[in-house]
Amino acid sequence: MSDHASAMADREHRHPGLNLDHTDPEGHASAEPVIFGFWIFLMSDLIVFALLFATYAAMSTQGTGDGPAPAQLFDLRIPLLETLVLLTSSFTLGFVSLANKYEGHPRQAIGWLVVTLVLGAGFLALEYHDFSTLIHEKHAGPQVSGFLSSYFLLTGTHFVHVAAGIAWGMVLIVQQAVLGPTLPVKLRVMRLALFWHMLDIVWIGIFTFVYLSGVLA
Amino acid sequence: MSPGAVDPLTGLMNWRALVFVTRGDPLSVNHLVADGAAGLMLVGGAIAAGLMTVKGWWRPLWRDWLTSLDHKRIGVMYVALALVMMARAIAEAVVMRTQQAAAVGSPGFLDAHHFGELFSTHGTIMIFFVAMPFLTGLMNFVMPLQIGARDVSFPLLNAISLALTAAGAALVMVSLVYGGFSTGGWTGYPPFTGIRYSPGTGVDTWIWSVSLSSIGSTLTGLNFAVTLYKNRAPGMTFFRMPLFSWVTLCVSILMIFAMAPLTVATVMLALDRYAGFHFFTADAGGNMMNYANLFWLFGHPEVYILILPAFGVWSEVISTFSAKQLYGYHSLVAATMVISVLSFTVWLHHFFTMGQSANVNAIFGIATMLIGIPTGVKIYDWLLTMVRGRIRLTVPMLFAIVFMITFLIGGLTGVILANPTIDFVFHNSLFLVAHFHNMLIPGFLFAMIAAVQFWFPKVFGFRLDERLGRISFWLWAVGFYLAFMPLYVLGLMGAMRRTMEWQRPEYLPWLAIALVGALCLLAAFMTFVAQIAVSVRRRDALAVPGGDPWDGLSLEWSLPAPVPEYNFAVLPRVGARDPFMAMKREGRAHLRPEAYEDIRLPKNSPAAPIILAATFLTGFALTWHIWWLAIAGLVACWIPITLRSFREDHERVIPASEVRRQHEAWLDRVAALPAIRREDETGPRNRGRASSQFAGGQP
Ligand code: HEM
Ligand SMILES: [Cu+2]
Repeated sequence: MSDHASAMADREHRHPGLNLDHTDPEGHASAEPVIFGFWIFLMSDLIVFALLFATYAAMSTQGTGDGPAPAQLFDLRIPLLETLVLLTSSFTLGFVSLANKYEGHPRQAIGWLVVTLVLGAGFLALEYHDFSTLIHEKHAGPQVSGFLSSYFLLTGTHFVHVAAGIAWGMVLIVQQAVLGPTLPVKLRVMRLALFWHMLDIVWIGIFTFVYLSGVLA
Repeated sequence: MSPGAVDPLTGLMNWRALVFVTRGDPLSVNHLVADGAAGLMLVGGAIAAGLMTVKGWWRPLWRDWLTSLDHKRIGVMYVALALVMMARAIAEAVVMRTQQAAAVGSPGFLDAHHFGELFSTHGTIMIFFVAMPFLTGLMNFVMPLQIGARDVSFPLLNAISLALTAAGAALVMVSLVYGGFSTGGWTGYPPFTGIRYSPGTGVDTWIWSVSLSSIGSTLTGLNFAVTLYKNRAPGMTFFRMPLFSWVTLCVSILMIFAMAPLTVATVMLALDRYAGFHFFTADAGGNMMNYANLFWLFGHPEVYILILPAFGVWSEVISTFSAKQLYGYHSLVAATMVISVLSFTVWLHHFFTMGQSANVNAIFGIATMLIGIPTGVKIYDWLLTMVRGRIRLTVPMLFAIVFMITFLIGGLTGVILANPTIDFVFHNSLFLVAHFHNMLIPGFLFAMIAAVQFWFPKVFGFRLDERLGRISFWLWAVGFYLAFMPLYVLGLMGAMRRTMEWQRPEYLPWLAIALVGALCLLAAFMTFVAQIAVSVRRRDALAVPGGDPWDGLSLEWSLPAPVPEYNFAVLPRVGARDPFMAMKREGRAHLRPEAYEDIRLPKNSPAAPIILAATFLTGFALTWHIWWLAIAGLVACWIPITLRSFREDHERVIPASEVRRQHEAWLDRVAALPAIRREDETGPRNRGRASSQFAGGQP
């Protein structure tokens, strides 16, 4: 691509989030449609979550049947820990993005990616523990009431997303190692990062609307 | 193994689920209809497979079609899928009509379960496996050409969307032979579709087929939206896009937002059925109103996903065959956008009767009536486009005229139903069935058939036979009125929808007329297929290599017919709306480009057919509780994608010299063609080079 075109690329091809503009102008131009498309994907995914939140809002107040209400089940300790673990993993994923953008040492990106995924797995372990306590000790599984069905679907969908993100991340670790920070790999990591950050935001919603307001109610 | 037990290897599968075994008394007509349909499908499939083998077409099918990432070929495959499914859905409609006409004061010849399956498959197929693939295929083919693009933004994703839709359609087709289908209608309302009242696997087939199609459509919406935002040719600003591309943008946005509620609703229903959850059950805090809201949060925007493409088609057809630019272009764009937004604000009119307060009903009733305003704007714009135009009553134009009249009637009955007090009386009656067919048949089906007549020469390089087209048109138009106007009367007399048996003899004449109408529509469809077959045989006489048989306005008509795989030899620079018309006016059409460049195109990929097989197996396995296969299928979906991501050579290059050779050969050929005036348009001299005759003033 000519100099002129890459200068154009800087100005015209922008998208929300981390841009590759001054470190890799050529890659930046081809990043645009891919990243934009991924934003749209995230948006439609967020609609799924929005609907699950809406269902939860209706069911947690009107769908408890003969089962327990939110206030009888939730406490904040484990969810708070989960929140901290997940937010930290987003922070460490930021280092991966920076390493790729500024052509850091290849091992830097891989290392931070590993840390991120380990934190993600820790989050899943905590949530799994949470689920199993609810089901086995408190006898509040998803079959008990509409409220618990919607609780498990909302948090479960988030759980599955994080698990999918980890699987994706593992593939990308291999790619970072085998292929190095080529443009396609960089773009994939950028998309994983967007995905991961979105899951953070969703989790903050879950923490607020499920646990915090459940306990306060 | 006793039926009902879950075997770890084969799940719930058992021989008794085979249609030939299940339907009770083997001599009953009911049994014959079911076996006949299943047998027809098997024999049809076998004949098709045999023909493919004899002709040696398997390899070309794989190489040129199934693995192709070319948006044009994917578009054609979508339409082919839609036509196959349409044959089944129309046949089912005729069977239903026959049953209803035969069942005045007698039980008729079908049993209740079978009748329930028929309206459920008819509705589900028509919406998800006829309408969606038809319009997706059309947008796939036309939109990139209209905006001057080489392809959609994500060609592989495009092929995967098709694979998901086709896998869903395959699930529905298999249920004809094995396992049966839901009896819960296309809407699948719980608690009836819950495990308690629908214990078989039919509802599960419905759930997975619809979910696959819904995910496919979400991805299509994403793909088209990015293409339209990021892939337009230089100078093709938004307000220079043809109207069909505008409606594609609106439909894409609707798909991105509206398919998610459907996916959520079907997944919740599945959890209720498979895992004992309580989203929509009648006990333990479940609430089916959540389903009604989620379903129609998808369902109403969906009807605009079906109708808006038609508005795009009519805009192109009417302006082309009036030889005028569209009247009120900006107002048409604005009306389309307004309709798209409003379509999210009216979903409650599908359940006025389900218990919310009168005030809430009133608000949604008013919102519904508001949609009539932008729609009315469109009709006026089309009419004014025709004023003082050089109008030719070709087949697409005939459809457009009948559309405008018929759609207006349907719209008026819609405004009637939008009044909650009236809806309380007509809800779930045949009046409603008449209303929505009155919208969908002119507003979706006629538009798609007109679109086929209009763009077919662009796709395959030859026109469709005009005479058979006219016969088919009359059958469609007359058939529609005969089949559906009586249903308004029946609805007013109190006949309810989804009813298989009547007690009132005064229904009979109306039901008989409706049956005749349905047969007319079947004949119309068959004539349409015959029209294509005859045209294929006469393709040399009907060929239009010049690519511009109708004196078109937008960029696709500037290309050869059939369109080369790279679409544009040199990407166009657009300076005005209706760019090809402007080029013809200014004598800039068919000029030799100064320079050519190498063109990069995506290589073929086997990923989509693999995903088709894997998602089909997953859906089948979930239906029959074959857990190992479901997991294997899900994993298998991701293997081709993951493997592909380790390779980087996804493109192939067509050298500039080759592009030049092909393009200049075509230009030479065009120069030798006769320039056709509009009066010879449908005659044998039309070889696709137009002597431009636009009416009206400046662009
Ligand atoms: C081509 C001619 C057609 C005929 C003769 C026909 C006939 C019928 C009949 C007899 C029913 C059942 C009515 C009842 O409930 O009593 C029905 C239902 C339905 N039709 Fe059609 N139809 C046709 C085309 C279409 C098209 C093009 C679409 C949509 C694109 C469509 C969508 C539906 C839907 C959604 C239902 C409701 C199914 C349900 O009750 O769940 N039909 N049609
Ligand atoms: Cu509606």
